[in-house]
Amino acid sequence: MNEVSWLDALPELVGAMGQTGWMVIWSFLITVVLGIVSGVALRLTAPDGLRPKRAFYGIFGAIVNLARSLPFLILMIALLGFTRFIVGTAYGPTAAIIPLAVGAIPFYARVVESALREVAPGKLEAAVVMGADIGQIVRKVLLPEALPGLISGATLTLVTLIGYSTMAGAIGGGGVGDFAIRYGYQRNNEPVLLMSVIVLIVLVQLIQSIGDALVRSLNHRR
Amino acid sequence: MIVVDSVSKVYKTKTSTVTAVDDVSLSIASGEIFGILGRSGAGKTTLLRCLNFLERPTSGRILVDGVDFTALSATKLRSARQKIGTVFQHFNLLSSRTAADNIAFPLEITGVPKKQRDARVAELLELVGLADRGASFPSQLSGGQKQRVGIARGLAASPSVLLFDEATSALDPATTEQILDLVKNINQATGVTVVLITHESEVVRRICDSAALMEAGRVVENGHLLDVLARPDSRLAEILLPVSGPTPPVGRVLTMSFAQADAGEPLLSHLTRDLDVDVSILGGTMETVAGHKVGRLRVALTKPKDYVDDRLVEQYLTERNVGVSWA
Repeated sequence: MNEVSWLDALPELVGAMGQTGWMVIWSFLITVVLGIVSGVALRLTAPDGLRPKRAFYGIFGAIVNLARSLPFLILMIALLGFTRFIVGTAYGPTAAIIPLAVGAIPFYARVVESALREVAPGKLEAAVVMGADIGQIVRKVLLPEALPGLISGATLTLVTLIGYSTMAGAIGGGGVGDFAIRYGYQRNNEPVLLMSVIVLIVLVQLIQSIGDALVRSLNHRR
Repeated sequence: MIVVDSVSKVYKTKTSTVTAVDDVSLSIASGEIFGILGRSGAGKTTLLRCLNFLERPTSGRILVDGVDFTALSATKLRSARQKIGTVFQHFNLLSSRTAADNIAFPLEITGVPKKQRDARVAELLELVGLADRGASFPSQLSGGQKQRVGIARGLAASPSVLLFDEATSALDPATTEQILDLVKNINQATGVTVVLITHESEVVRRICDSAALMEAGRVVENGHLLDVLARPDSRLAEILLPVSGPTPPVGRVLTMSFAQADAGEPLLSHLTRDLDVDVSILGGTMETVAGHKVGRLRVALTKPKDYVDDRLVEQYLTERNVGVSWA
């Protein structure tokens, strides 16, 4: 077999990074939106929430826990039919967005719920007493007060999504994971494998630092 | 005018029933500062939470300016709440907003245009003495400043009633005095009715016009402070102006209350001269309460070779507007 130097593989790695970026960014955006909606719903309907709904909280919470307890690889395979229905195909970076989001939403929903739980009940009562309705309390009190927690949770989720996205590569999702499997695992090309590992480390570090800096700048002025 | 009409609040758990507020009736006049004094667990916090409708009373009615709040639907209650401002012990300011934006919050949720909001906020910052701190976040303010923001926020929607939930209990004594003086000034300047709950008698003594004493969920005594202090055997008066002490072995012990009496009169020397009794002072307090000089004095009366005629002493003192209570 012809040994490909890491320099020769570089253009392909750049392309793989683009695919990873595509999968991760879209699944991240979907996760943030639906995770916040789910997390808010969980917080409001919890027994000590503003609109306690025992049955809803129990059932919705159980679904979230179920989705969280499935290993991502299995979730992805289980969702093949669903993905094909939504995207038209079950393979490729765009198709990978669906299982990535489905895997990350329950995780982020719980992160959001616990971040909202940190908002002192007195602040919510103050808003109630001033005549705020539930939508105003969510938009003007709960979410802004929990923002640092929401951002650090989102950073965590983004890093997790990058990890998941490499797994998506294993079943034809493309991206850096797919690249690493083809060069590093199937061809045993260690320099190229090392290069993709370094790329991932740098990416994760970068995201974590940006997330931390955002949280710090928010906390600094409060 | 706030009317609390036989309000009770009962909490039921699986194993027990707790009556936090037990058949309380009160009438609070417009424009006055009304204090609800009680120890923790007396039910005053629950009563206040009924007054701002965080809790619905189990029974009874609460009327604010003639409107029965206990009968309002959730939607109507939300807008009616604009009439009642609340200031909290732990401030409950939003840490994501500046002082100015915290004060603007009640206006924002009712859709007051930004221009009007800004004008009102500037006016309120000025009123509470924080004109230069509008851009500060709560974390950059001291406890006293935070409570000033809390008061300004409570006033933002121009309520007719401002409730204070132990609003000075988290503050040091000097800051407490400043905040109390501010409350008094605001009350006089705007005419807003102030209801405050506290466990500190100092708060009631310093700024209240009327007060109620709560114990075990009940109001055991209430009224205008001058009336309360005129009752020599009043429990509330003893808390506000304590005179108790050890009882001497001889003599008739009595507590005198000077609420309406002419404080300038040399009463004790007259008493000694006119009734030929010796007066020993056991304890006493003099304070300015509700704008009047009031005092309570506990004395022992003895007569060298005779007994003290209780009836005669009582008549003598009552004629001079001094309340009498024999120990």
